[in-house]
Amino acid sequence: MIYAKDINERTPWQDLTPGGEIYEPGTARDFDTGTWRTNTPVFHEEACKHCMLCVPFCPDSAIPVKDGKRLDFDYMHCKGCGICENVCPFPAITMVTGGAAR
Amino acid sequence: MSIRLSGNEAVAYAMKQINPDVMGAFPITPSTEIPEYFANYVADGEVNTEFVTVESEHSSMSVCIAAEAAGARSVCATSSCGLALMYELLYVAASCRLPIALACVNRALSGPININNDHSDSMGARDSGWIQIYAENNQEAYDNFLMARPIGEHPSVRLPVMTCMDGFITSHAVENIELLETEAVRKFIGEYNPENYLLKKENPLAVGPYDVSPYYMEHKVLEAEAMKAAKARILEVAAEFARVSGRHYGLLDEYRMEDAELALVLIGSSAGTAKAAIDQLREHGVKAGLVKIRVFRPFPGEELARALTGSRAVAVMDKSEGFSANGGPLFAETRSALYDVKERPYLINIVYGLGGRDIKTGDIEKVFERLADIAVTGATGPVYTHMGQRSKEDMV
Repeated sequence: MIYAKDINERTPWQDLTPGGEIYEPGTARDFDTGTWRTNTPVFHEEACKHCMLCVPFCPDSAIPVKDGKRLDFDYMHCKGCGICENVCPFPAITMVTGGAAR
Repeated sequence: MSIRLSGNEAVAYAMKQINPDVMGAFPITPSTEIPEYFANYVADGEVNTEFVTVESEHSSMSVCIAAEAAGARSVCATSSCGLALMYELLYVAASCRLPIALACVNRALSGPININNDHSDSMGARDSGWIQIYAENNQEAYDNFLMARPIGEHPSVRLPVMTCMDGFITSHAVENIELLETEAVRKFIGEYNPENYLLKKENPLAVGPYDVSPYYMEHKVLEAEAMKAAKARILEVAAEFARVSGRHYGLLDEYRMEDAELALVLIGSSAGTAKAAIDQLREHGVKAGLVKIRVFRPFPGEELARALTGSRAVAVMDKSEGFSANGGPLFAETRSALYDVKERPYLINIVYGLGGRDIKTGDIEKVFERLADIAVTGATGPVYTHMGQRSKEDMV
């Protein structure tokens, strides 16, 4: 069995799976897809009321929650779509230009 | 068991004997009878197949893809524009490496709209990653469909298989054929135990994920290697089938080629017409022969080059017009296969039989007359021509 953690962009074709099949769940954790981002959300914790509206709206599950409170963005998976800023009722999220994590 | 069946009946009966898990079913002339006969088997409880009636061929192939990914054996049948509507999914099935068995009953593609036979439908899908096996007659249509699953399912291959027969000529004409006993078929096909499938709870599987540039090419190389490996597997299955049935199949079929100076290369039911013409010509001392291409994908290039080595003039007869302005698809493959041969025969291409235009032994004889002239004079004349159309100029 070939596992996702054993595959990267230097893996020869002989060591990849037929049809790109993936034999395990949750492999997104192993891959940095945040590099696709061209705009970046910034979290202002002091303005956040932890209403949790942004969390289900995030298409990439890139807003971690712990003990009923949202944490800072998971920049390894955030694509910078800006939906969170749009739905946030408070000035707790602002988008900035550029893909670099803040 | 000897029986009289049409080509469609024969394939439907092969499906019944296989007893697949799922059939994606949508009717289109001339393949409609296949799901129709099979629906009777379902209604009569003779198979335990999930018979999924859908609203289009795009959906019937989607059903097969989903079922196959889940770990089920799936089958399908279509023709012409139905195959064209599947086009997107044909590539998905092949790239996901799902060994679906599809009976393609060859019919002209629109337009102009026409229901009769030529090979433009399956030739349009020749680069989709499907194995393609063509039948000359009803017996071969039945046999090829039985061999499809064992070829496609093998771990070295894992590709879908399209078995093709000529619409109406083969699909609707009734012939005496030999059937295997169902028990022998079940034994020949065996149990389907793919290593990974969606319903295998031990390891959740993702099929057909998005493939970014750093991976896509590697996966296509894997697919291309599988198509190369299919050649050996097709012959292995044919050998096993010969043991069960007594009927022998290769990648191509050579007829009276051992000393042939003039030869034809063609596909499908026209081989029967060509053989009859060749027998007549041989009686008059013409050293005529035929190479019938049975497996078009993977293309038996080396085998074809070997078969044609020694002949002086060859006509490649295409039953589809590829609009390349440089000859039909079979001609392109044949000319490419011959490039590495030192003593190449003269080669011409004749596109014939489009939209059900009939071909007779007299037409085949005319082709051999032209080949005889070329063999003597060394002048091929126009390399790419059509035959059978009304014209102000002489034909052939």
